[in-house]
Amino acid sequence: MAEKIVYQRPKSWIDGVHTHYCPGCTHGIIHRMLCEILDELDIQDITTGVAPVGCAALMYGYIDTDFIEAPHGRAPAVATGFKRIRPDRLIFTYQGDGDLASIGMAEIVHAANRSENITVIFVNNAIYGMTGGQMAPTTLIGQKTTTTQSGRDPLRAGYPIRMSEMLASLASPCYIERVSAAKPAHLNGLKKAIKKAFKNQMDNKGFSFVEILSTCPTNWGMRPTDACDWLVDNMIPYYPLGVFKDFE
Amino acid sequence: MGKTLMKGTEAIAEAAVQAGCKYFYGYPITPQNEIPEYMSKRLFEVGGVYLQAESEVAASNMILGGGATGERVMTSSSSPGISLMSETLSYIAGQEVPVVVVNVVRAGPGLGGILPSQSDYNQATCGIGHGDFNLIVLAPGSLQETVNMVQKAFDLAQIYRMPVMVLCDGVIGQIMEAVDIPEGHGKNLSNPEKWACGYMRERGGKRNIIRSLFLDPDELEEHNRKLEAKWHEIEKNETSCEKYLTDDAKVVISAFGTVGRIARSAIDSLRSEGYKVGLIRPLLVSPFPYDDFESLVPSCKHILDVEMNWGQMLKDVNRGVKYRIPVSFYGRSGGMCPGVEEIEGECRKIFAELS
Repeated sequence: MAEKIVYQRPKSWIDGVHTHYCPGCTHGIIHRMLCEILDELDIQDITTGVAPVGCAALMYGYIDTDFIEAPHGRAPAVATGFKRIRPDRLIFTYQGDGDLASIGMAEIVHAANRSENITVIFVNNAIYGMTGGQMAPTTLIGQKTTTTQSGRDPLRAGYPIRMSEMLASLASPCYIERVSAAKPAHLNGLKKAIKKAFKNQMDNKGFSFVEILSTCPTNWGMRPTDACDWLVDNMIPYYPLGVFKDFE
Repeated sequence: MGKTLMKGTEAIAEAAVQAGCKYFYGYPITPQNEIPEYMSKRLFEVGGVYLQAESEVAASNMILGGGATGERVMTSSSSPGISLMSETLSYIAGQEVPVVVVNVVRAGPGLGGILPSQSDYNQATCGIGHGDFNLIVLAPGSLQETVNMVQKAFDLAQIYRMPVMVLCDGVIGQIMEAVDIPEGHGKNLSNPEKWACGYMRERGGKRNIIRSLFLDPDELEEHNRKLEAKWHEIEKNETSCEKYLTDDAKVVISAFGTVGRIARSAIDSLRSEGYKVGLIRPLLVSPFPYDDFESLVPSCKHILDVEMNWGQMLKDVNRGVKYRIPVSFYGRSGGMCPGVEEIEGECRKIFAELS
């Protein structure tokens, strides 16, 4: 009887490498989804990734496409510069909350407002991971970090920024959706959203943005499974999942 | 295209277009606004891209992404804007991406003023961004030279795959002169399929990564060695200098850019009075023509360095002549240009002391 393959490593995943991500980190799931989509749409060799500064800075070590490294927060500008010259190629940015919502706020807002025909994957885990657990713009009220040791106080640090809602207030962007990587039940939605964000670019529809709620068990100080529960109980109520903009 | 009367900023822009630059990302800042304005219209005519970025930070990152395609891309700005771009220029150098940056320098520090200055010599030649790297910096003294240097900048950027700066001052930007802009200078010399992004399919599935992150110190040292070896090659091949009446000169004026031109007038006038004075002018201020300065040593008795700043090039002049000739300095700052008579006066004082 012929073997039927039901599950295998995506072709776009580099053979034999293991990630540097902490146990339980959701970057691994998101990377895998990304690779599956690159395979399914057959776009691996016409796609360029823009690597951020943050935990995913080394993502080109795992995903086998062209990559440009961007300075902290500037990935949307780098992607813009590339895509305007090579509209026949696909480009995506992959950015964390410190990268996109703090230092890179200007670049993401203006790329969205020009509706650059790019795909943005925004990984929101409410904390600075790479630098060791400092407060991010998306850190929840009361959430403890190394720079908000008794919990984020809105009087001193402001309220967490809802990027998807904020960008959806602009007239130009094509597609904005928030999904989650915390539970198996979330993953179909996550994959569908990223795929749509790439398909939009292939159809020249303009700026597509997928915010993915993610965990950081190490810097949250939790077991991976507890971190997933914490995300569902605390992040989703403040950062509701759903489509905020969709120009069909 | 034959001799045409053009304003400096517009001549810079057209020279770039004729050099095959179809992609411009920039942000408005005085005194260079005519460059983006000209490009915003002209690049549509040649099927290129003009994009006004949200900031100089974004503009410099757009040329990083644009340069990563292997095409000819540029930005232009002025001093405070260049400061904002300096972080990205460090990345661009580390990532070995060819880009051209035109810097129409204005007076600083801070917001300073909008009149001509050379106060960013140090920034351009030894302080643009973090890390151990160099920029090629061309310093034109006339519009024709500016046009030629802008076109050469694209060649150099692609040959050596690195950022190249054309360091002008507000005089170059705002003056009008007749220029002849050579056409058909736009051959892509960078061989993008080899290293750029966007050619993975053509390369049969082999990708390119454009990066400056090397966490392993052995790897980073090797990368930096490669950049350093490239710089030594540039020093050997590209160093360039103008000498005017230096063979018999007792006093040689050293100057770059616009000041070289003012000094020339002073020299012609002093020569007619019998003073043996000459000019040495680096055409590239980075790499600096140290050997040309050293060659002055046997005959020249004194160097007068004249700049539109407080003497930023002095350290290079002294290093060039190996401290074997006395070097004095005359400069103006804040948007003031040294006049021909001021320079003549300084020279007369030196000759009086020499005799």
